[in-house]
Amino acid sequence: MTAAADAPLFHRLASRAGPLVSFTIDGAPATAQAGDLLMTAILLNRPALRRFEFGEAHRAGFCFMAACQDCWVTLADGGRVRACTTLVRNGMAVLIDGDARV
Amino acid sequence: MSDPVIAIVGAGPAGLRAAETLALAGLRPVLFDEAERPGGQIYRQPPPGAERPGAAIYGLEAGKAQAVHAILPTLGERIDHRAGTLVWNVFEGRLDTLRAGAFAHQPFDRLILATGAMDRVIPFPGWTTPGVFTLGGAQIALKAQGVSIGRRVAFVGAGPLLPLVAHQYAKAGAEVVAVLDVTPFGAKLRSAAGMLAQPSTLAKGLYYVARNALGRARRASGVRAIRVEGEGRVAALAWTDHKGAEHRVACDAVGASFGLRSESQLADLAGCTFAFDALTRQWAPVRAPDGRSSREDVFLAGDGAGIGGADVAELQGRRVALTVLQDVGRPVDVAEVARLDSALARQAQFRAALEGAYPYPEHLVAAVADDEILCRCEGVTAGALRDVVRHKGAAEVNRVKAFTRIGMGRCQGRVCGHAAAELVALERGCPVEDAGRLRGQPPVKPIPVLGGFS
Repeated sequence: MTAAADAPLFHRLASRAGPLVSFTIDGAPATAQAGDLLMTAILLNRPALRRFEFGEAHRAGFCFMAACQDCWVTLADGGRVRACTTLVRNGMAVLIDGDARV
Repeated sequence: MSDPVIAIVGAGPAGLRAAETLALAGLRPVLFDEAERPGGQIYRQPPPGAERPGAAIYGLEAGKAQAVHAILPTLGERIDHRAGTLVWNVFEGRLDTLRAGAFAHQPFDRLILATGAMDRVIPFPGWTTPGVFTLGGAQIALKAQGVSIGRRVAFVGAGPLLPLVAHQYAKAGAEVVAVLDVTPFGAKLRSAAGMLAQPSTLAKGLYYVARNALGRARRASGVRAIRVEGEGRVAALAWTDHKGAEHRVACDAVGASFGLRSESQLADLAGCTFAFDALTRQWAPVRAPDGRSSREDVFLAGDGAGIGGADVAELQGRRVALTVLQDVGRPVDVAEVARLDSALARQAQFRAALEGAYPYPEHLVAAVADDEILCRCEGVTAGALRDVVRHKGAAEVNRVKAFTRIGMGRCQGRVCGHAAAELVALERGCPVEDAGRLRGQPPVKPIPVLGGFS
């Protein structure tokens, strides 16, 4: 069984109570939970974090411990953050393939 | 005379035990850590809002994790904990730091580096596909976030992390479809005698292996020619068994890495002498049993100066703190020194056996094709490396870096540096130590450009 091309990558095993966080990916609304790192928040909604800037590919992070630097993502305000060490916040606007609203 | 400034980098088991020992002796160490919460990677804590019971996160190690996490709350202001602070350079008795966009300097009289380790990576077909993570990364997804890296997960690698992560995933309710060891099972049997020096660790290893055997996951040792299939996302993991037969398992995520490597960039920038360790095939800063480096003002503890694991890191953290106390003229409990030295000697014997159980998988490096991405940061291929070795006389990795940018990307060679040296050695037909090691460069991690030069 192969996962659909746009199916999320991560799968939440330990459910927990707590507030939801609303953010956007390429302009589309997405939901995460307080305490989710941005890497978790994105990959619970999407199969990848960013486009690879040196070729036709996407990347989804690799080491999850702030060493490989594979998970730097772009925000709509022009900022760049390392997704494995940044908590998702309400109103964050992540760009992967560009903003659908533009 | 005021107290000497003792700076510690890294709040994992080594750095925390060192800080505790110094604080209990009446000094107030400055403890820098890039993470907001202490524990390092092995005892990594979930961020606020994602907490879970310790037993669910750390399993059999929950007691140790909780003890290590209790150090800072217990000692309070007696340790100057600088959380969320990156140390990005060491230069002439001073650390350059970055905290939430603010740059600062920290002079020190003595520096203890407890910088830890990350997974050792070897490229294989499909390794840059989204959904392929290191084993350590897969483990952190579960520990710190309570998520699995996919719905059907395959694990492949070498080292004790492989059965451990597979066990943790299965226990947490993930579907583990394969646990593949690239080292031969025979090596583990030959090393079992040495591991008896540390029976509790051996028992734990057997426990994980036995538990995994109960699941439906495909299990194999001595697998070769691993490759991830799938365009844009993981569809399957394929491999060849020791008889040459092909196997394949459908999955949507893969955890893969091949032992650990020391995070030793700061020791390099501090001017510590490095030596090659033939057993683990890697360079590490030279460390005496009492934690001294080649420099009088720099001390080393934990995995950052050679892989020993979390228990060893705690012992080394305590031991190195006693060395520092002695150097700055504070009283030291000689019985405690003897006890720690004896415990560390026992652990070293076990560690040698453990490394023997997971011999370096040279067959994977030899199989890296010319079109395979070696530098994950910038997409530089193994073929580009071989070309400059063959045609431009690049005999060691720093020359290769100058020609190809391999090791010059955002990760500063953490991911590719090891495999690059192995590939240079294979191409030249020389021992891997003759292929050199990538020299550390500040900043050791990405920093905003303007701030670094202010």
